[in-house]
This record gives sequence, C-alpha cells and structure tokens, in this order.
Amino acid sequence: MTAMFGEPIPRVEDDRLLRGDGAYLDDLGHDALAAAFVRSPHAHARVLDIDVSGALDVDGVAAIYAYEDLDGRVAEPLPLLIPHPALTHGRTGYPLAAGEVNYVGEPVVMVVAADRYLAEDAADRIMVDYEPLPAVVGVDAARAAERLVHPDVPGNVAGHLVQENGDAVAAIASAAHTLDLDLYIERSASTPLEGRGVLARWDTESRRLRIWTSTQTSTGVRAAVAAKLGLALADVDVITPDVGGAFGVKIVHPWPEEVLVPWAAKLLGRPVKYTEDRIEHFVASAHERGQRHQVRVGFDDDGRILGLDVRFWHDNGAYIPYGLIVPIITSTQLLGPYKPGAYRVEFSSLYTNTVIVTPFRGAGRPQGVFVMERTIDAVAAALGLDRAVVRERNFIRPEEMPYDQGLIFQDGRPLIYDSGDYPAALARLKAMVGWDGFAAEQAAARAQGRRLGIGLACYVEGTGVGPYEGAHVVVETSGKVKVATGLTSQGQGHQTVLAQIVADELGVPMRDIEVVTGDTRAFGYAVGTFASRTAVMSGSAVALAARAARAKAIRVAAAALEAAPEDMEITGGIVGIKGDPESGIALGTVAVLSNPLRYAFDEAAQAATQFAGGDAGAPPVAEGDEPGIEGRAFFSPLRSTFASGVHAVIVETDPDTAEVRILRYCVVHDCGTLINPRIVEGQIHGGVAQGVGGALYERIAYDETGQLQNASFMDFLMPYV
Amino acid sequence: MASASEEAAITQSRHELFDVSLVVNGVPRTVRVPARRLLSDCLRHDLRLTGTHVGCEHGVCGACTVLLDGVAARSCLMLAVTADGARITTVEGLTQPDGTLSAVQQAFADCHGLQCGFCTPGFLTTITAGLAENPDPTEAQAREIIGGNLCRCTGYQNIVKAVLRAAELRRAAGLRGAGAK
Repeated sequence: MTAMFGEPIPRVEDDRLLRGDGAYLDDLGHDALAAAFVRSPHAHARVLDIDVSGALDVDGVAAIYAYEDLDGRVAEPLPLLIPHPALTHGRTGYPLAAGEVNYVGEPVVMVVAADRYLAEDAADRIMVDYEPLPAVVGVDAARAAERLVHPDVPGNVAGHLVQENGDAVAAIASAAHTLDLDLYIERSASTPLEGRGVLARWDTESRRLRIWTSTQTSTGVRAAVAAKLGLALADVDVITPDVGGAFGVKIVHPWPEEVLVPWAAKLLGRPVKYTEDRIEHFVASAHERGQRHQVRVGFDDDGRILGLDVRFWHDNGAYIPYGLIVPIITSTQLLGPYKPGAYRVEFSSLYTNTVIVTPFRGAGRPQGVFVMERTIDAVAAALGLDRAVVRERNFIRPEEMPYDQGLIFQDGRPLIYDSGDYPAALARLKAMVGWDGFAAEQAAARAQGRRLGIGLACYVEGTGVGPYEGAHVVVETSGKVKVATGLTSQGQGHQTVLAQIVADELGVPMRDIEVVTGDTRAFGYAVGTFASRTAVMSGSAVALAARAARAKAIRVAAAALEAAPEDMEITGGIVGIKGDPESGIALGTVAVLSNPLRYAFDEAAQAATQFAGGDAGAPPVAEGDEPGIEGRAFFSPLRSTFASGVHAVIVETDPDTAEVRILRYCVVHDCGTLINPRIVEGQIHGGVAQGVGGALYERIAYDETGQLQNASFMDFLMPYV
Repeated sequence: MASASEEAAITQSRHELFDVSLVVNGVPRTVRVPARRLLSDCLRHDLRLTGTHVGCEHGVCGACTVLLDGVAARSCLMLAVTADGARITTVEGLTQPDGTLSAVQQAFADCHGLQCGFCTPGFLTTITAGLAENPDPTEAQAREIIGGNLCRCTGYQNIVKAVLRAAELRRAAGLRGAGAK
C-alpha cells in the first residue's frame, strides 16, 4: 500500500463543501430564537439609563436583557484567560456593559426574538442614555495618559515586561556604529469571511446544555461557559461546526455572546442563536498589530549586531482578555534567525478606547519581524553592504543548534531553537529570486523608465505550543476507523492530514477513516487551534493513538492466529502474518474478537460470543486489558518547536499612482516533514496574501473620538485577486 | 422620529406577507415572506438552502452570489419579492443530476481552490456564469471573472488555476457557451 504521509492528495473535506452541504453556524438552528445586540455608539461613556419600554410590544420579542438582569457569575467580568506576573492591571469587560462602555460596539442590551429582523426592530427602539467621556485612541494618546481608559489603571498600562540577554546598553555604547529607528505598524484584523456565531440548546428534560460555536477552542468555551453558568463540564457539550475561517480572532473565548446566548437559552428553555454580521465583526470582535517601536542598535564594521535595545508600546484596546501574548511574541520572535551580541527588550501594553486586541495570524510576530528586518536593512544601508550579506553574518549557524536565545517564550518556557539551517535557506532563496542578478535587472528596467525594487525578510516561527493535545482512535466492527482530536478546524484540512497519519500508522485505506475535530462529545481534553500547532500537536497525538490501536489489533489477531505479534502486519485494513496474505483477518473482525460478547448483534459477532470457544481457564478480558480496538494518547512536548523561512519579493512601483505590482514573490519555508504538500502550499499562499494585505492595503482606521471609519469591505481593503 | 401613523404603516409593512414564486435549482417553490426579506435569507432560512453564504451583507464579498435567470447576482442585495418569477441556481444546483460534481466544482477539488469553504459557493456560481459567457478565458480573463469575490484563506492562486481547470474540463466534456454547467 502506498504511504499516505507526504502525499499531496485532494482533501476529504472538499466534496461536502463544494456541494453546498457544509454546516456553518448560521446554517444550523432554524428553530432557534435570534439574538441581536444594542451596542455602544460611543468609545467611552457612562451608561445613565436604558429604556426598553418602546421595544416590549414589538411582535416576536421573547426577552430583553441589560446588565441588571444578569445573575450569578454571568454578571461578573469575563475571564482573564492568560494571566502573567507582568500583567499587573488586567481588566476584562462584562457580557453586557455594567454602567460604562469602553469601545464603540461594546454590547449594552441583548434582545431575543422570533427572528433576527424582529430582534433588530426591537433593538432599534431601545433608548440608551449615555454621558460621553473623553476617549483614548491610539498608542500615542495612551502613552501620553492625559486621559485614562480605566480610572484605576495609572498611565493606561495593563502590563510592562523587560527581558534581557547580556548587557545590550553597554554593548551599544561601545559599538563602532549605532542607529536609532522609530517603527510603527498600524492595526489590522483577522477578518474571516464568516464572522462569529453561537447557538445553544438547553434540554429541559436531561438538564444538559449543547452549544455550537464558531470557535478555535471548543474545550475552552465549554470550560468557560460551564463555569459562568455553574454547570458540570459533563453537562455541557460544545460542538464546532464548519468554521468559515478564523485566523486568530476565534481563539478568544468566551465572547460576551458565547456566555449570554447559552444563559438565555437555559433561562428561556428555547434554543437561541446569534450570528455576527459584518459591521459587528469590525467593531465588536478583535483587532491586532498596532504597535510603536523604538530601536537602538550597535554594530561593527562588518554589520555584526553587538547590541540591540528595543522598546515598544502595544495597543491592547479596551480590555485584555488574552493577556500579554501578542507583545510577548513580538519581543521574543523579533530575534528571528539572528544572534545579536546582547539584547534588551521592554514593552508596555496600553489600554485604549477601541475594540480588544488579540492574536491575528502571526500574533505579534509580524511586528517583530518588521522591526528586525528594517533594522538589518538600515545597518546594511549605513555600511553600504549587501542586505543579504548582513543577514548572513548575523545568522545563528546550523552547528550552533539547539540555540538558546536566553529569553522566556510565549509558552512560559525557554526560547530554545531546536533546529534550522538559515544560511542554506537564504542561499536557496537568493537563487530562486535572482538576488545576485537583480542589480542588472533593475538597471535594465530603469532604462525603460520602470522602477523595480527587491526586498527580503527572514523569520523564525515558534509552533507546537503546549501544553498538550490528545487523540482517540477506535476501530468499529465494520472496519471503519473513527478518529477524534479536541482541537478545531477552520479550513486547514485537518480531517485530511490527520487521516493520512492514521492511514499509515494503522494500515487502513483513507476511505475507512473519519476524523472529528472540535467536538467535546468525541474528545474532551484539548487546548485549541492556534500558532500553527495542529500538525505538531494533534498530528503527534493521533499517531500515538493509532499506534496503540495497531498494537492492540496485532495482539488480538496474533492470539487468534496463534502467531507471534512481531510476525504480524496490517495492510489495507487486513491484519495478517507477514508474507502470508491468505492468513489475514479484517480489522473489523479483529474488533469483533477483541470484545467478548454474550449477545450476538449480527453474524460476524457470533464469533465473539461465549460458546464460540476461547480459553476456559482465563477471564474473557485479561486483567489490565480492555475490550475493543482503541488507542488514546496525548502529546505534550517540553517546549515549542521552531520553523523558519525567508521571503523575497520583486515589485514594480508607479511613482505617479503609487501602485505597487508584485512581479516575483519567492518563499523558502522550513516546515519540517510535510504531511500533505498541497495543503502546505495552500497555507503558504494564503499567508503570503495576508502579509501583502497587511503591508500594502489593510488598516483599521479609528478617528480621534474612537469611531471606526472603515467598518466595511468597501473601505477596509483586503486583497482581492 | 416617524409619526404614529407612519410607525403603524411601517409595522404593517413589516408583517404583511407576500407570495413569491421561484424556480430554485429546477424545482418550483412558493414562499410567503415579508417585503423586507432578503433573497439570501429567503434561500437560506425559508427554503433551507444554506449553501448560499452571507459574508458581508453589503454586496462586496460575493459569498452570496446565485444565478438569477443565468446571471450572477448578489442575493444579499436583493429582496426576495423582487425575485418573484425568477429561475435561481444556488450552489446546491450546480451538481449534476446524477450526483457528480460540475466542472467548476471538480476543478476546485482538483486545484485545492478552497480552504474553509465559506466563500466557495459564491466563487462557484460566479465562475459558472463567467465560463458560460467566456468558455476559453486567458489567465487575465480568469482573474477578471473572480475579481468581485473575496477569499481570506487561499490567496487566490489556486482559485485562478481552478477557473482555467474548469474551462479545460468543460471543453473535454464538450460543453460550450451559455446554459451549460
């Protein structure tokens, strides 16, 4: 049988999605009541009065809730998901505004009605009286701290962190050359084509809650909602339906709506659904990227960086539910493939009266890479050296691996690179893009009046972030293999690649394997999908679980065939003696044999019943053994693993229109062992497009009063073809 | 603020129901909807054809594109009542009667033209209409066909390939011109 691992096979997900048979959140719950929200039109205001009287007689209204109507832990602030000792002033919002609003879009009143049209009718008739307060918008206003977002947070500083490896200040002071750079990155946003959404059903008979939500972490939502509603975990199921993209924004949980919709469903005894619309996604989900950086770098005549001192200010928006993860990633991943003689980084995470800032693809790394690569370009320019040469001179060498950067990474563990060959990657990229011949190409274009430029950038990407993922593999008596892992999917092809792993490990054809992700009913222990971690984490857990199932299948079949387990193999779903294809037993039959029965449910099952034979001197299930062909395993690495890469681009600019045309874009990315090259390429295509969008088009534009000026696809420019 | 009589008129208009007759994917359907029901909501929630997706509700992303009398149209920008009498093809109707994928659907599978799949139905319908009009597009024309649809996952390269692949599959199947899938 051909190995599946490494094959660019088409995705198993596609057939369903291409027929329109996908099931995204808003495709579910046609019988559910619909929720709509009254959201703050002010960036900062006190809520003086809420008058719902005009909405009560709107047809179809089932309930209207303001903060005063919330009870128990639902009335408490939302959780601070990732605490950190440096996060000294962590503040989170309430599910509905508790007397004060801190960004345009903050939910104030929830309306539940027969359908969304009627819910919005009622929401339109709710009068909220606000006392506007001065708003803090942008990094500079937050730093100036002339006004405060939260009166009890001095300087608007949520957290402040310094990390040092060596004495960077002294190294810079004694360096032959120094440069200072001020580098700013504007806000952007994940902007999946499907917004957020949640559907909840409270079963009044079994007193259990079932939630479907468009999330990157079903187990996280389950734990958070169970805690808020005072329910046992065992009484809450969270199911991730098809998710229409996420790119980070859906790792945040629980959203206000993810608490309120289940709470209302339980209270009303009716299913309730909320589907975020596009403008809500712009103003009321999350953004990322906005940071100002000051760099001081000291280097020698050859361009070797002796000391690097980076200070930056991170705009975390109105609240900080996801903690300091984004600026921590900037501050650590900034170093990329380089080894400055000494490094010092210091950041402050600042509150502003804008929507929350949480990870968006890269999660702080794009800012760090931007800062480092601009710095290296500036060093090269100052010395008149080739930018590629300066990079090369500052690279960590392959023989220095594993390399300890002397910092603490986002997983709370030492930042130790496990592997990487940066000089080889750069050499390959230079050949691909034609780096050495570019000067001639540029001159030739110039002679025709065309302006070409070339850029390159290097990065190291921490992935395989813990704490763990797990998986369960079970062989059904039909021979079908059911695989479950707890993390979620939002378009990365997990069903395909995880099935490829199982196909090889267990020796079964792809068509017999079904993979379930993000369903707490199928697997209840998981972290979530973020930081490109699925292949490393769930991929490894799935492989281990499949190996356990394989060992069990071989043991059971070997006993039935009176053969030694080490002489057995599984191929094409048949367990048999190596080199003797006739000897084989179908895996489904082995599953039957593994489960001693009293009752036969079909003809095949008769072989496992108690009068069918077996050793009368031994218990039917041996001590320490279990019925069934199953494997369950967890993968929990000591710390993150590190991918790396180099990109180069040749662009043509039009000095009159400022139009930028990409002529050639080359990527060398070391992603380790490829499970499915076709899917890897697709992920890279998409990542490059988002990078181009971030560099050239996308900007979340708040005005000085905190009104979002471009909350539509007409005005927020994502890449189109 | 509207006057009391205007309010009453508005309320009445919200609740007055209209019969709308459509032929959806070849099947005659009649629905009773308020005048303000969007065609996208009518297809998704009244007819339960949830393959048509709504990505922006302001006509930019193209996820809600359906074929209205053979022409690509944004169902989020249309009221269901204005589609009365129309023949509509949604993504569910692109599949051949025998269950095989259409050329465009198959091309997306062949070229890894989709990731999360949310924008995909709008691309499939848009390209179906585009190839009916121009069965042999150049790469530039293929880009033109999908220039009005947004995808956040793929970076479009494989979607462009899928347009060209679909044209190739249609040619191989001997399909030409308008009306053919």
